[in-house]
Amino acid sequence: MLTGDDFTALWLTLRLALITTLILLLIGTPLAWWLARTRSPARAVVDAIVTLPLILPPTVLGFYLLIALGPRGPVGKLMLAIGGQPLAFTFAGLVIGSIIYSLPFVVRPLQDAFSNIGRRPMEVAATLGASPADRFLTVALPLARPGYITATVLGFAHTLGEFGVVLMIGGNIPGATQVLSISIYDHVETLQYGRAHLLSGILLGISFLLLLSVYALNRHLRVVKA
Amino acid sequence: MCFAGYKLRLAIAAFILGGLQPLAAGEARIAVAANFAPALRAIADNFSASSGHDIVLSPGSTGKHYAQIINGAPFDAFFSADAARPMKLEQDGLAEGRYTYAIGRLVLWSPAPGLIDPEAKILATASFRFLAIANPELAPYGKAAQETLTRLGLWEQMQPRLVRGENINQAFQFVASGNAELGFVAKSQFKNSRGMDAGSYWEVPAEFHAPIEQQAVLLSDSVIARAFMDYVKSAAGRDLISQYGYDLPMNAQAQTDADR
Repeated sequence: MLTGDDFTALWLTLRLALITTLILLLIGTPLAWWLARTRSPARAVVDAIVTLPLILPPTVLGFYLLIALGPRGPVGKLMLAIGGQPLAFTFAGLVIGSIIYSLPFVVRPLQDAFSNIGRRPMEVAATLGASPADRFLTVALPLARPGYITATVLGFAHTLGEFGVVLMIGGNIPGATQVLSISIYDHVETLQYGRAHLLSGILLGISFLLLLSVYALNRHLRVVKA
Repeated sequence: MCFAGYKLRLAIAAFILGGLQPLAAGEARIAVAANFAPALRAIADNFSASSGHDIVLSPGSTGKHYAQIINGAPFDAFFSADAARPMKLEQDGLAEGRYTYAIGRLVLWSPAPGLIDPEAKILATASFRFLAIANPELAPYGKAAQETLTRLGLWEQMQPRLVRGENINQAFQFVASGNAELGFVAKSQFKNSRGMDAGSYWEVPAEFHAPIEQQAVLLSDSVIARAFMDYVKSAAGRDLISQYGYDLPMNAQAQTDADR
């Protein structure tokens, strides 16, 4: 049923979603922490920028990325200056695109989780002599666990379904940039509805199970806490 | 405040009512392959000026148009990027009057001056990173590019350097943005972009690939669509098609007969 190309696309998609989510959790944590705690007037601007990928059509992101990553664009020029190659049509390029595309889906839940903790637990921990790093690692992080679960699953699932950005900067290379949604698109366009159905069903199943797990887990956590 | 509210309500009412208005008499809706949309726009403008009828164009990919038409999309005619989809529609009893309106020509193009030599020997060298083509499975121009590379004996060795656009316009975009150094594009795109003179190109000889026959069909009994088709077939229409970088079939009628 599934051909070699389909397996390649499925594996590539999972790898892209995993790497993107890990990087987003790493850069999303300090960003969300800052957004949740700061009183700086710059917050509104950063808030707006973080939310932009939620609003913009993926084709807009893809179009700007195509220009930015190209040899005449800022990122492409930088890559050439440090002796590298421009990133369009590469897996690394897709990772960059996916990080931008899924940014709000990771940062927003983390930001909400950090905001919900409030100042009090942190102040109590400080009174008890915990260092700032200690306070963050042993108080804030555990309390923000539901936020982390939501952020991880949403970031992963959203990257799985990415299409417009990949279409614009991918170049449809099997094993490097041909992700599942692109394969499905090709199958539909070439009237291979059977193969399109199969891959679409797989994507639908994975996405549903992911969302189901996040809602079930978070409910479980709330019940345990209560 | 009150006045602004009144104006806003008026605007909303106009917006909703505007959307509800039925298709005005004197219009025909045409689905057109993205690569041919600029040429057909020019022809439609001339037709409208002389006849007073409006031609509403919906550019898009031929695969998507086909799926929309078999699911009841309200188009009066369809200018396809290939011959296969119009033939299928005809077999399904959804279309009539199929004929070849243009023959696409393939060009290897780079914005860099002097990169492409007159015999396109660059293809056999390893002096570039990416070559853009349209996806051969989706787009007739992609299939022609594949046939050209196969004929040159380069198809297999080119695989790691190939980037595929979902249609010929995206392949063009990959090259124009500099992300691919060169690519196989449609001569019609190449002729109608500004700043193309600076680059270098190789016009692929017509015998290097099967002809890229672009066919059109009528989908409804709209009199305006029929008149427009006749206008596209007229000398004025054919002149414009050729100006936009397409070859013309010898004789539209003979072509249709030969297909049958």
